[in-house]
Amino acid sequence: MGKELTKGNEAIVKAAVLAGCRAFYGYPITPASEIAEAAAKYLPAAGGTFVQAESEVAAINMLYGGAAAGVRAMTASSGPGISLMQEGISYIAGAELPCVIADIMRGGPGLGNIAPEQGDYNQVVKGGGHGNYRTLVVAPYSVQEMADLTTLAFDLADRYRNPVMVLADGFIGQMMEPVEFAPRAVLPEAPGWSVRGTAETRANLVSSIHLEPDMLERHVRKLEAKYREAERNEVRWENWRTEDAEIVLVGYGIMGRVLKSVVEMARAAGIRAGLLRPITLYPFPAAQVRELARRARAFAVVELSTGQLVDDVRLALEGRAPVEFFSRVGGNVPSAEEVLEFLERTFSARHAREEVLAHV
Amino acid sequence: MDRGMVVTNQEECKGCGLCVEACPPRVLRLSAGLNRYGYHPAEYSGSGCTGCGICYYACPEPGGITVERLVKVA
Amino acid sequence: MSSYAISHERAHAFYDHFERKGELPHQTHYCPGCGHGIVHKLLASAIDGLGVRDRTVLVSPVGCSVFAYYYFDTGNVQAAHGRAPAVATGIKRSRPDSIVVAYQGDGDLAAIGTAEIIHAANRGESMTVIFVNNGIYGMTGGQMAPTTPLGKQSTTSPGGREKWNDGYPVHVCELLNALDAPVYLERVSLGDNKQIMQAAKAIRRALEYQVKGLGFSLVEVLSPCPTIWKLTPVEAQKFVRDEMGALFVPGCVRDRGKEAEARPARAAAPALADVPRLIGLTSGEEAVPAAERDLDLRIKIAGFGGQGVLMLGEVLAEAGLEAGYEVSWLPSYGPEMRSGTSNCHVRIGRHPVDSPLVSRPNVLLALNEPSLRKFLPAVEPGGVAIYNGREVPEGCERDDVRLAAIPVTAIADGIGAGKVANIVMLGALLELCEVVDEERVRGALRRLIHNDRYYELDLAALERGREEGRKLAAEAYGWGV
Repeated sequence: MGKELTKGNEAIVKAAVLAGCRAFYGYPITPASEIAEAAAKYLPAAGGTFVQAESEVAAINMLYGGAAAGVRAMTASSGPGISLMQEGISYIAGAELPCVIADIMRGGPGLGNIAPEQGDYNQVVKGGGHGNYRTLVVAPYSVQEMADLTTLAFDLADRYRNPVMVLADGFIGQMMEPVEFAPRAVLPEAPGWSVRGTAETRANLVSSIHLEPDMLERHVRKLEAKYREAERNEVRWENWRTEDAEIVLVGYGIMGRVLKSVVEMARAAGIRAGLLRPITLYPFPAAQVRELARRARAFAVVELSTGQLVDDVRLALEGRAPVEFFSRVGGNVPSAEEVLEFLERTFSARHAREEVLAHV
Repeated sequence: MDRGMVVTNQEECKGCGLCVEACPPRVLRLSAGLNRYGYHPAEYSGSGCTGCGICYYACPEPGGITVERLVKVA
Repeated sequence: MSSYAISHERAHAFYDHFERKGELPHQTHYCPGCGHGIVHKLLASAIDGLGVRDRTVLVSPVGCSVFAYYYFDTGNVQAAHGRAPAVATGIKRSRPDSIVVAYQGDGDLAAIGTAEIIHAANRGESMTVIFVNNGIYGMTGGQMAPTTPLGKQSTTSPGGREKWNDGYPVHVCELLNALDAPVYLERVSLGDNKQIMQAAKAIRRALEYQVKGLGFSLVEVLSPCPTIWKLTPVEAQKFVRDEMGALFVPGCVRDRGKEAEARPARAAAPALADVPRLIGLTSGEEAVPAAERDLDLRIKIAGFGGQGVLMLGEVLAEAGLEAGYEVSWLPSYGPEMRSGTSNCHVRIGRHPVDSPLVSRPNVLLALNEPSLRKFLPAVEPGGVAIYNGREVPEGCERDDVRLAAIPVTAIADGIGAGKVANIVMLGALLELCEVVDEERVRGALRRLIHNDRYYELDLAALERGREEGRKLAAEAYGWGV
């Protein structure tokens, strides 16, 4: 198939349908509404279901029902809606249902604004709902990845029987780029554990209750083991010009794009920079961060929040290297020039400081 | 022979007494003895059942009461 | 000869033993005299009677009946508090042949889940809702329910439910009766034998309507809670009949079973091979040409909403893609759609696009003066800027930028449609700067503009723009390609 100029939000839906998604339950919100709009068009065309729910609370619970019935199902929203969905996401994780949830981040807190931000990192990557669970999180940085990682998200959801989140920002959702979609559509069989209103599935139960403490502990340990397995097998990242990097930039989503420009400009200005771009935010490429610390002098995290991704980088490094931090929020996306200026300022200052220290 | 017959499940019964109250011919009663859970289970007095089945519906336990009816057989 | 034959026994829709319950698997977890057991039996009998055990999916709520799945030998899904109608919607829409029953209590349905029940009913979801109303929160230990009668004490209305503080008891059937979609709404009671038999009929009817493919049915069952009410089971039953029944009068609120039309069956799923086409993906293997020139266009287009800023960008990106370049298109988005300023960033180049954000454009297309003033300073030296006007406004000079003023709106008005001003500007751009071939632009317009009249206007606009561009390039500026 050739490449089609496609909007990020629309790419998610087309990839989802090709991956066998046949149920979409959603509620409109800027900047994610095009996902629901595309779903309203394409899901029924492919023989699936689209329902505009009365709220994000209802949408996530419809998703729970659709996933319980053994259908590949998804929803999409933005920060305020994702906050409302957290209850349902906890139930979905507890009941071990596979599904895909896209969060096209906007500015917060509260109503914030509709411009791109990355302030949902903690609520998406660290859980957000009650109880001991994780969601697997993929973070596209291009429209092509909106498609590819949505496909991956459905596969991971089935493999781990766990919700998988596609965490993108308003820019990645709204921009158009050429996309090469999967050449053919697939439709996986309904899983054996699902409840489909048939004789063979009559004995099945979907539930997140484990009344006895020992039973619940066993269940939580089982979930935990699943997450450890994902940490071993599903970490995805991109290293870009890191082979000889002294300064490793870390950023995801739209910032991953800007930072690629920054790396080029920094190198032209004499700073040997590289980029580590996490593609999965959970599991986080912690070992890959540590690996780069063997050569790099310092790390610089750039994100559209006041410091959420940076915590994971610091945790991964365990003090092995200094971590500098630069952010813009409120819907402002820093230009490459702005980040470069930060790098020059920070690292020349640091250099000077180290020089001084070296002479003490 | 009575038109009906009622069998109470002594193990399942929680002694709520709703069947006793519901029975039109008043032929059910709570036993003086206790079942192993400590309830006074319902029991059939032994005669007078009409097989109406009201007690079956009044009883909150799925298998608490079984009702039989007299039928002609060849 | 006569002998006894069983006429009423444990329904097949119940498990023989309640293994999921763990201890005491012979009996339910409900208190002696609890109405849930009776409602369970009526529902199980209806499932048996209609022969739909295999097809049934029971959605259990949060509340005392949270463990309904211990008992029902049907498919079971346990839902979050209040969300059973949403979960049931998800199941039913995905498995239209299943028989979906949402079983809910009063706190679940009439308080926390009010939105879900109203909207499931309003969509006419083909499901059966069993609403057990005992006027109190049982499982959590006797707090006030949305259906607790005025004056009635509970642990959270210790002085009795008081209208100024707590509002009034919610009448669910009457509330749902305000909607168009529901097929069947009936309130029944477990207050005495006659009422129980009426409840059995209603529950069976509600299920039967779903089997027939009709829409939404709800049966509200007034049900005793002897433990929390601190009454004996027999006293509680009388309380249901006399007190609850006076407040929530039993009866059929709506039965449109005869005239309701069945929800249309979903169209058969298309062949998998057809899916890409059905979602608008062309299967064409057209070879994409190699990019001809070593372009690196960083284009910023700005104007006010409605000037076709985003569309102009899209045409450029589409044309670039067709000509074999790497492209990206990034809009400002949101309320600008309605008014205010609008801008977009387009990149067209031979190499993969790193940042789609254009902070240092080498092409600026400013469709109004504020946009020119705002973005001209950022234009890279040697870049091109085209302004929509007869002359460059004062204070907007840049010696190192090739700046052209073309009144594209006025020209478009001359063609007969101010809306195509953006395409006039595009035509001029093709003359003033090395972009993509006009043929590619025409191809992009053909794909993006579905209305033939507008397409023709756009072609005319493109041509007029080119004329203006050529004039400028030749006469005044001397920097044509």
